[in-house]
Amino acid sequence: MSNIPANLKYRDSHEWARLESDGTVTVGISDHAQEALGDLVFVEVPEVGKKFAAGAACAVVESVKAASDVYSPVAGEVIASNSALSATPELINSDPYGEGWIFRLKPGSPAEFNQLLDASAYGKVLEAEGH
Amino acid sequence: MPFIPHTENDIREMLGVIGVSSIDELFEEIPAALRARELTGVPETLSEMEIGRLMEKRASQDKRMLNFIGAGAYEHHIPAAVWAIVTRGEFYSAYTPYQAEASQGTLQLLYEYQTMMASLTGMEVSNASLYDGASALSEACLMAVRANRRSQSARILIPTSVNPTYTKVTHAVVKNQNLSLEAVPYKKDAGCVLVSDLEKFRGQDITAVVIQQPNFFGLLEDVDAITNWAHDIGAFVIAVVNPTSLAILKPPGSWGAKGADIVVGEGQPLGVPLSSGGPYFGFMTTRMANVRQMPGRIIGRTVDLEGKQGFTLTLQAREQHIRRSKATSNICTNQGLLVTAATIYMSLIGPEGLARVAETSCVRADELVAELCKIPGVKLAFDGPRFHEAVLQLSKPIAPVLEALTQHGIVGGYDLSSDYPELGNALLVCATETRTAEDIEGYAQALRDVLR
Repeated sequence: MSNIPANLKYRDSHEWARLESDGTVTVGISDHAQEALGDLVFVEVPEVGKKFAAGAACAVVESVKAASDVYSPVAGEVIASNSALSATPELINSDPYGEGWIFRLKPGSPAEFNQLLDASAYGKVLEAEGH
Repeated sequence: MPFIPHTENDIREMLGVIGVSSIDELFEEIPAALRARELTGVPETLSEMEIGRLMEKRASQDKRMLNFIGAGAYEHHIPAAVWAIVTRGEFYSAYTPYQAEASQGTLQLLYEYQTMMASLTGMEVSNASLYDGASALSEACLMAVRANRRSQSARILIPTSVNPTYTKVTHAVVKNQNLSLEAVPYKKDAGCVLVSDLEKFRGQDITAVVIQQPNFFGLLEDVDAITNWAHDIGAFVIAVVNPTSLAILKPPGSWGAKGADIVVGEGQPLGVPLSSGGPYFGFMTTRMANVRQMPGRIIGRTVDLEGKQGFTLTLQAREQHIRRSKATSNICTNQGLLVTAATIYMSLIGPEGLARVAETSCVRADELVAELCKIPGVKLAFDGPRFHEAVLQLSKPIAPVLEALTQHGIVGGYDLSSDYPELGNALLVCATETRTAEDIEGYAQALRDVLR
């Protein structure tokens, strides 16, 4: 059973989002997603300053067996991306909710964040997918 | 004898297993209006013997002409060993090996090819080849749009001194992909692009600048200045190069302060014989930082569980069998057979041999230009430094002159008048190491007669 922290929000495409105290949103992929992808070998992070709509493909995670897009959970402008991932993409495998964060957004509308799935709703998504 | 292995019985059995009554039923969901009908305009079946006779008859119409056309495909000496080795059963497959454990020889050859091309172009990584030089340029433009993350415009500058066929092919490939290819006219009396002509784009978002060296007229562009200018405005540099010339010219990896970003070209001069329409092969090299945006197959060297050297297809997550619609390209193959020839050609002649081919071609072209320009009614269009081609302007229209030269057994050059009407009666001529002093003298005499 994969780890789904209760303090985060989720998208059904397996990204997590955390609202920081300064109003920014940190994004990564869920424990379930890293488990399903297997050992990550490359992460393409978004450029700082780029603006994305909610649901837009903004990063790529590549493992030994697949490559997947990472979608932005909320609309906003990228204010930071995790440069440690270029040398150590495996941080996503070892610590998906911590050191393995992918990028941070300044959200366009704060309300959008609250519409994301909570931990129990995301848990049901995984159950429905048969995990 | 039919070469289809399935008998009527086999087909009926297979259809029975999936519960379909006929082959036509398999295709039922395709609307009738879209289905191909019987082919028209195809002649009656001929037997193998009849076809053999017909082909012999047609082949006998071909004459061995003395060739002075370059314009993107070049006649070079190919050591007999090259194609004797290529046509061995072990190599005689034009396709990429998917099954690494059964294809180590082919994979090693492709790996060595990549090493040679990276070294020749001064770049860090090469793919296992593309279809031809023109499609390689198209792929390079698409790649630049993905890889140059500082730029959002997808605007690419292509000088008119780039091979016009390459430009046309690139337009055809990218026109529906929101790229904008913008022509930069060459300087009229120089035949080259000047940085001062690029200045009007300063301050604009330009994704890449294409530079061909030597350019389509055979002239050397000021690649250092253009590369520095492009990098200064945040654009990538796409170099289009003749691989033979790189044995004596500065490799694109050393152009300007930072070098080109993507290098492409036509690989035919490296051991592939002239043939109308190919098959030829394109090559592409780049810097490691751009490798994940590079299209095509890449072979890597690794070690197996016992620590022994092995070769493998690598970075496949770029390719369409994994990334589907977001792959770097819908081309995930290579020109295996022709790359095999090129690798053997380069191994046999080596860096010094390639430099001798380049130097001799350059000297022969100079001799050709000198001889032809002695003829009244012939003058050199541009007198800048060149490789092994030059533009001549004649006192008469080119097409009838070329037609008359064929009566002397001479293919006199490439008629530039449709692509470059502003040059008047302009002819692009080429000489490589295969043209002797006697050949050149013969051409000069024939042209003198024709122009008289």
